[in-house]
Amino acid sequence: MKTIYMDHVATNPLHPEVLDAMMPYFREIFGNPQSIYEPGIRAKEAVENARASTAALINAKPKEIIFTSSGAEANNFALKGIAYASRNKGTHIIVSKIEHHSVLNPARFLEKSGFAVTYVPVDKYGTVDPDDVKKAITKETILISVIHASPEIGTIQPVDEIGRIAAEKGIVFHVDAVASAGNIPVDVRSLNVDLLTFAAHQFYGPKGAGALYVKEGTRIVPLIYGGIQEGGRRAGTENVPAIVGMGKAAEIAKRDMQKRIEHVTPLRDRIIDSALKIDKVTLTGHPERRLPGHASFVVEYIEGEAMLLLLAGKGIYSASGSACSSKALKASPVLISIGIPAHLAQGSVVFTLGEGTTGEDIDYFNETFPQVIGRLREISPYAKGWEGAEDPTCTVKK
Amino acid sequence: MSPAEIQQSQNNQLKFLDKPLQADATTDIIYMMCPMHLLTIEEQVREIKAGQVLSILTDYDGALDDIPAWCRKTGNEFLGIYEDTDHYKFYIRKKAPDNKQNV
Repeated sequence: MKTIYMDHVATNPLHPEVLDAMMPYFREIFGNPQSIYEPGIRAKEAVENARASTAALINAKPKEIIFTSSGAEANNFALKGIAYASRNKGTHIIVSKIEHHSVLNPARFLEKSGFAVTYVPVDKYGTVDPDDVKKAITKETILISVIHASPEIGTIQPVDEIGRIAAEKGIVFHVDAVASAGNIPVDVRSLNVDLLTFAAHQFYGPKGAGALYVKEGTRIVPLIYGGIQEGGRRAGTENVPAIVGMGKAAEIAKRDMQKRIEHVTPLRDRIIDSALKIDKVTLTGHPERRLPGHASFVVEYIEGEAMLLLLAGKGIYSASGSACSSKALKASPVLISIGIPAHLAQGSVVFTLGEGTTGEDIDYFNETFPQVIGRLREISPYAKGWEGAEDPTCTVKK
Repeated sequence: MSPAEIQQSQNNQLKFLDKPLQADATTDIIYMMCPMHLLTIEEQVREIKAGQVLSILTDYDGALDDIPAWCRKTGNEFLGIYEDTDHYKFYIRKKAPDNKQNV
């Protein structure tokens, strides 16, 4: 059976050039970059070259890049590191309601540690209004953190405007760009960003490689203390092959970005046009300001997980949204925050495309998706309406 | 020990200043722990010219012993420490290149 991978926001395959670049660092050049003899020096050079190309992807300076093990680590580092570095200035933090859990949960942790957090709302498309951020600012505000693009609904936030507000007020601004960096242009200078999180596997690099951009001159408390790696800001022997892979993937992403965007955007639009012809199917997220390869929907009367299973049975691999909705069977806080009722939020599906997606894949998908919906609606107890539907609200209201 | 060396040795003892000094270059390593203060000084001193003053901002208490000791060892002049609200400012004057030890 032909299989079609439509979950590029979950992760991506390694680009062949990335794997080639990484291989020597598993084999011959295995030295510790902190060692002062030849294999160590070569490993150190590779890490520094990767730092330069990783920085170039977001228009940063190499010394502004701290390699981490993941986007989640970088988000934790940003929130905790800035909160603790700035607590003598104030104890108030602003985040949006549609942040990833690796921002929301550190924010909740910080609330338990004496900080106050404002969770700014979003509109029906999941867009943060920069005015709401402005209104939430107090004399105590030390940090604003907003996601660049939602992996769940694809909406791209006006981070440039929020960055301008933060800069005017002298407040540190962090952007979680895991879903966006490497897929759409991200320029830390024009966005007025002080910290930015990104992860290699979102742009055909390896898993286990992420980075936090920290603008020169920004004080941050390390998350991991230990040795002198990453300028003493992130200890632990460097994952040299993964870092090399991130550098190579960043270089390719910069080179191929426009081509990739032009490839996936019309394919995505074909999915959206076709799916919206099906009765009671709604697009989630912004119709225009969304990730180029991202199509997300709620389908009434049926359950997202059931759709995924039936689609997987037809060789189509996709996602139902956040881990919250997928694993814990709770309504996704992102969908709740854009005003989708909890019972509808259960019918969420997300299709994300990549450079390997073809026009034939989309033909097959557009033919299969309505069949799957039809089959599930035949057996759904709610197919004739929502009477008697439970309303399982998410425990995560913030 | 020549009179100049005796003078320099006395200069390199721990001493606190009443007010911050003018520096030609500043490096902020607040929240960084050992041995970043020593590695950073080595790097930064290399960047400035002989006779210029480097200021190091740190909240690492171990620096109180280590930075004057590093100056004694390397022949650079330790000018003193200013205790700010939540960190120390250390001041070092880079030695002339003809001193006996390299930096």
